Amino acid sequence: MNYQQIIPFFALIPLAAFGISLLWPKRNERLISTTAFAGAALNLVALLSFLLLWWFDGHRSLDIHESALYRSESYVFMLEFFMDRVTAVFLLLGSLLVFMITVYSRYYLHREPGYKRFFNTILFFFLGFNLTVMAGNYETLFLGWECIGLSSFLLIAFYRDRYLPVRNAVKVFSIYRIGDVGILMAMWASHHLWQENISFARLQDVHFVDQGIALHGAEGLFIAIMLLLAAAVKSAQLPFSSWLPRAMEGPTPSSAIFYGSLSVHLGVFLLLRTYPFWEHQYVMRVLTGVLGALTALFARLIARVQSSVKTQIAYASIAQIGLIFIEIALGMPLLALWHTAGNAFLRTYQLLVSPSVVSYLIREQLFGLPPRRARLERLIPAPLRNTVFVLSLKEWNLDAWMSRLVFHRFKWAGRKLYIGFFWWLAAAVLTVWMILTPAVTPYLRGLGAEVFSGFGLVSALAAFAGRRRARRIWLQAALVPGWVGLALTLNISTQEPGHLLLYWSGVLPAALGGWLLLNQIGRNHALGSLFEYRGLAAVYPRTAVIFLLLCLAMAGFPITPTFIGEDLIFSHIREDQYLLAILNTLSFIFSGIALIRLYARLFLGPQSDADTPRALRSS
Amino acid sequence: MQNNPLPGGTPLRTILEKISHYLPTQSPLKDFIHHNTLHAFQDLPFHKALDTAAATFGYRTRLPLSAYRAMYHSGRISKERLVRIARKTDPQPDEKIWLHWLLNKKQDQDPVPVVGRVRSQMQVYYHINPDKEVHPLLFRTLGAFLDQGVGIREFPFDGLPFLEAIRAIESQGKASLFRTAEARKLLLDGSDIPALLQRLVGDAAWYEAYLFDQQFAHPGWSGMVVQIEQHPDQLFRKRNISLAGLVQFELLLELDALCARYGTLWQPLAALIQGEPPLIPAETPGGRWERVMAIWQEAAEWEYYDSVLSGLQEAPQALAGNGARASFDALFCIDDRECSLRRWTEKADPGCRTWGTPGFFQVPFMYRPSGTVYFTKACPAPVEPGHLIEEKNGRNAHRSDAHYTNRSHSLIIGWMIAQTLGFWSAFRLFLNIFRPALSPATSHSFRHMDKEAGLQIGREDDSVHADGLLRGFSVEEMAASTESLLKSIGLVEGLAPLVYVVGHGASSINNTHYAGYDCGACSGRPGSVNARVAAWMANQPEVRSLLLAKGVHIPDDTHFVGALHDTTRDEMEYYDEAGIPASLQEQHRRNKASFLQALEHNACERARRFDLIHSHAAPARIHARVKRRSVSLFEPRPELNHATNALCLVGRRQMSRHLFLDRRAFMNSYDPETDADGTMLSNILRALTPVAGGINLEYYFSRTDNQLLGAGTKLPHNVMGLLGVANGADGDLRTGLPAQMVEMHEPLRLLVVVEQKPEVIEKVLKAHPPTREWYQNGWIHLVALDPESRQLYRFVVDHFENYTPESAPLPLMQRVEQVFHAGNGDLPVMRITHAS
Repeated sequence: MNYQQIIPFFALIPLAAFGISLLWPKRNERLISTTAFAGAALNLVALLSFLLLWWFDGHRSLDIHESALYRSESYVFMLEFFMDRVTAVFLLLGSLLVFMITVYSRYYLHREPGYKRFFNTILFFFLGFNLTVMAGNYETLFLGWECIGLSSFLLIAFYRDRYLPVRNAVKVFSIYRIGDVGILMAMWASHHLWQENISFARLQDVHFVDQGIALHGAEGLFIAIMLLLAAAVKSAQLPFSSWLPRAMEGPTPSSAIFYGSLSVHLGVFLLLRTYPFWEHQYVMRVLTGVLGALTALFARLIARVQSSVKTQIAYASIAQIGLIFIEIALGMPLLALWHTAGNAFLRTYQLLVSPSVVSYLIREQLFGLPPRRARLERLIPAPLRNTVFVLSLKEWNLDAWMSRLVFHRFKWAGRKLYIGFFWWLAAAVLTVWMILTPAVTPYLRGLGAEVFSGFGLVSALAAFAGRRRARRIWLQAALVPGWVGLALTLNISTQEPGHLLLYWSGVLPAALGGWLLLNQIGRNHALGSLFEYRGLAAVYPRTAVIFLLLCLAMAGFPITPTFIGEDLIFSHIREDQYLLAILNTLSFIFSGIALIRLYARLFLGPQSDADTPRALRSS
Repeated sequence: MQNNPLPGGTPLRTILEKISHYLPTQSPLKDFIHHNTLHAFQDLPFHKALDTAAATFGYRTRLPLSAYRAMYHSGRISKERLVRIARKTDPQPDEKIWLHWLLNKKQDQDPVPVVGRVRSQMQVYYHINPDKEVHPLLFRTLGAFLDQGVGIREFPFDGLPFLEAIRAIESQGKASLFRTAEARKLLLDGSDIPALLQRLVGDAAWYEAYLFDQQFAHPGWSGMVVQIEQHPDQLFRKRNISLAGLVQFELLLELDALCARYGTLWQPLAALIQGEPPLIPAETPGGRWERVMAIWQEAAEWEYYDSVLSGLQEAPQALAGNGARASFDALFCIDDRECSLRRWTEKADPGCRTWGTPGFFQVPFMYRPSGTVYFTKACPAPVEPGHLIEEKNGRNAHRSDAHYTNRSHSLIIGWMIAQTLGFWSAFRLFLNIFRPALSPATSHSFRHMDKEAGLQIGREDDSVHADGLLRGFSVEEMAASTESLLKSIGLVEGLAPLVYVVGHGASSINNTHYAGYDCGACSGRPGSVNARVAAWMANQPEVRSLLLAKGVHIPDDTHFVGALHDTTRDEMEYYDEAGIPASLQEQHRRNKASFLQALEHNACERARRFDLIHSHAAPARIHARVKRRSVSLFEPRPELNHATNALCLVGRRQMSRHLFLDRRAFMNSYDPETDADGTMLSNILRALTPVAGGINLEYYFSRTDNQLLGAGTKLPHNVMGLLGVANGADGDLRTGLPAQMVEMHEPLRLLVVVEQKPEVIEKVLKAHPPTREWYQNGWIHLVALDPESRQLYRFVVDHFENYTPESAPLPLMQRVEQVFHAGNGDLPVMRITHAS
């Protein structure tokens, strides 16, 4: 049986459905939903048949080299798929739930103004999900991972004419970016550890892995911890948990499928996928177990005091995922898989029926069933009980902690470090001069890369901290790839100038296009202050889409050559240049957040005109 | 504590009372009852009130100008109508200028509303967004305190008043809700509101504006607090909370935010702010734009009313079924959803008569289903009943379902449930998507009372029940109820052998607003118990003999049958069928067939508004799909409820039986000939005006401003503490109706047409000022149809004026079935040719 040719279809079917769904007119619900339904149904049927065959054929792991998206002498970006039990379970889970949610939403979303947008995003998510769980290497996984992040942002901000969904979408996106640090760093370190773009298939080879780890213990642990970071963010484990309830701003079915089931369990997937890699690193296993245990405990405490149904389900789900982390740490991946599937189905269903809770519980109370009271708790002294209650009500300050310790710090740094645009221009000119001057260059080699990357990070932070002048923010974000590229010129051997060109070829047109677009909008709207969301998507729907695409291209999302370039650039950071890797990663993270926020501030948010009433900020 | 007047300003209590007055009055979800959203402005004339509300709070109170202009261009509003109404507003109009403003001129930007101006300055002076800093924790704390059963851990000290409970957990625990010690100290040392305001705002002249801004930044939660403060008994779990407590806590949180940022180095707001404190409510200049919008609204209304009135005037003089005894009588609720069912029933059996009366059938009581511990009210919300009806041996015991309990949220049990029940959920979801069926979570009207269970209706002893309620009714009380029921609709003689008393209820699932779908006259519950009780009473021989003395003659061979119409599923259930005499069983069987046919047609007529049901399918198939909606998790519109309501007819059925009114009319039966002095009319108008007016205006305002006065789309709604819904996790409670309920609604005020002489109506209104206010201020239109001369009179401010309809003769409708395929838009009033 030639699986080689079948597996890619589980990515191609969602991709085709997504592409076709973009073509239909906005108001034609029948065409849009039928496309989504057909895509999901076809995928499900094909998958079921495939899995049956594969299972009875001995369910061996499959490694499929799809195609090299980029190839040069020292570097290959390979689209690669991998299929084993973990993939099978997640694929099936995803296919079933997407199928059911598609049918559900056909009716549920009827007459909703964003009908098309909703199905487009769900299908894009489906594509990202399948890519992620079928990924055969980190590069492919990151591709899917980013698609999911983007579709999450779009679905949380689905009601883009209200304030809270938009704010929360940006917030969740920002936290997701922290997870991206984990994957980027893991990719980079893996590259050096294995001296190649390692495939997951090779990681299944215990001897191979053990040898590698034995030689590079520190790198091995570093990679494992970075993976745990990414998994913890995606699965809303401590200390990132507070994003999950805030993500429940979209229509209920989208919350159910994203935050009840599929998206939130991807952290578990990442751990299971890389399990052979860190199975014998006991530090990592202890860390994972402790993180899971702490999360289970705190999430449970928070869930108990919630009066909002969806928030309660969110924290209950987080607590179960904490338990799943423990199961993985204890070396029970099969139990973890089973638990994941059960938890995903349960929470999806609970979220979908959450409006029914009112009539159900009221009826229960009418029939005098006593409310469940915690009995054991009476044994705990009252002051402690009250303390725990207050802290749980405040979600143990997780949300405040996150924004104060992480985001506010960097914002503050961005404000302090940024000394003015012209100084930056001067610094840029000076740098170029130095590079072109052979006498100075060797002198710089020692530390130059880090210095330039530092400039890049300051640019990124300045964009991140900026609240005034949209065009200035855009420029600063556009400078980031410039600085990063310059830094890497010092690393890149002269035989590979193409790498840098590939990277810049994606950024430059995007930067230029965005600049022109902002100028055009600037003619009719003052873009001086970005303290308020401007909601321009209501006025310029098409421009909004283009601008979003440009932002993504600039931020290195997987839709432009920039994405491959980004990975490429990282491959040029030498294994001893941890500082450089960290500086570059931070630059990518913060310029990405800055760009998405710029998009959100300009195009999303309340837009009130004579025909549409404006919602209250708190609604 | 809060009663002392503040130096130089309004007393705090007055300010809080004023705020309470303007806040939305929406009860917790289980008791959802329609009311006029702008009730606070009801003492003003309608248009003045709308402009004031808009200027004060920024509410959209009319459709957008573009919508009216579209109505004009589509022919829905005629040029003549527009000019005529413009002329009335302006005695010497320059028609050209008016038409320019009405049709072409670009509208000015709405001014910034008065409420919200002061507190928003905090962003300017302190660079602090108070909403962002304060709301999440405030809503969470309020939610946890008021929670009616979502949370697992109850709020500590939940028996204490809100602020006392907060104080207790602050003083008896290590963690604080506040960030700064300063705020915590202010809480514990008992600083009262004036002291906090002094610190935060500084100048008493600004207090009112500041507090308005603060509370109207989250009107949903504030309104809920006021509701619970005023009616603590409506909650199953009692909570002691007041607006003052909320304000004090919120002020502390605001101070906390400022102290966290600046320590003590900040000045009160009044020291920084410029200008004068704004007046609340705002003054409205009444400029030309306001008048233009008023003209459009009036034009849209009268264009429609005029055709209705001309149709009513055309009523054929020859009455149906003259002389012969009717095959059966059926009493329905006045609800607009019964309007079409009555028409179809009359079509299925042209010999029958249908009647409309408020759906509690004049028997007010509290009802207790078997096995329950609480009473539910079975009469209009303002009535305080003195009787209790208990269900005996009901089998509707609660069926539990682990998916809805919060048991699955604990660690160990959750661990087990996730791995077992989790897979069952997937199956359940699959089943519901492809084969929706009734489940324990469905709110089903037939489950309100078990059909087979007994009811204790007659009084066995005079022992007063513990809650001051009498168990069952005495014969005299029953006679009085039955008398007022039959007399109010003019059914005092010639009763058919079978009289059906049909209550109504609704069925839905995944619907947080389920209570708003049931009978408004039964406090948002199905009317089954009332229907059954009313029928049982009228069947008692002792009651009948007492009634005879009062001029109500019920023939010995007449039997009353209670029934319930499910307005969502279009099904009917009959009660005590075994008690129907053998001689009438055959007739009953035939009547049931007629009802069944009527229900099926009614379902088809409703289905034309549902885009997703194919209108050319066979009626039985359409009916099946209509039923399916009521049990489908994914159906946000199980039925369209009162959408499109615009009329209320008080008179004999002959007045409107020849008209196709497209389910837009409340219909209350009334016989002007048996009520020369207006006694019955007075009872009718007193009960009907606030109920029908409340429904109509809630739909009106939820439609014109679905964001501030309505609940927005229901798709992202999240249940908070079983009290209300919010968007997402950190949102304010949403009041009003969700978009899915009102999207079909054309916001027109109610037109009440009473078949009676204008003098009598005037007398009735004069005697009851609260009812009169609705008509006098134009929140409801009133027209009298003189029963003899058929002349129409319109009530304007305080008197009746002659009204002559100008509409062209109504279009004719050959077969009512043609509406099944008429698309989902509103249809004009038509004259049905086969009737009469």
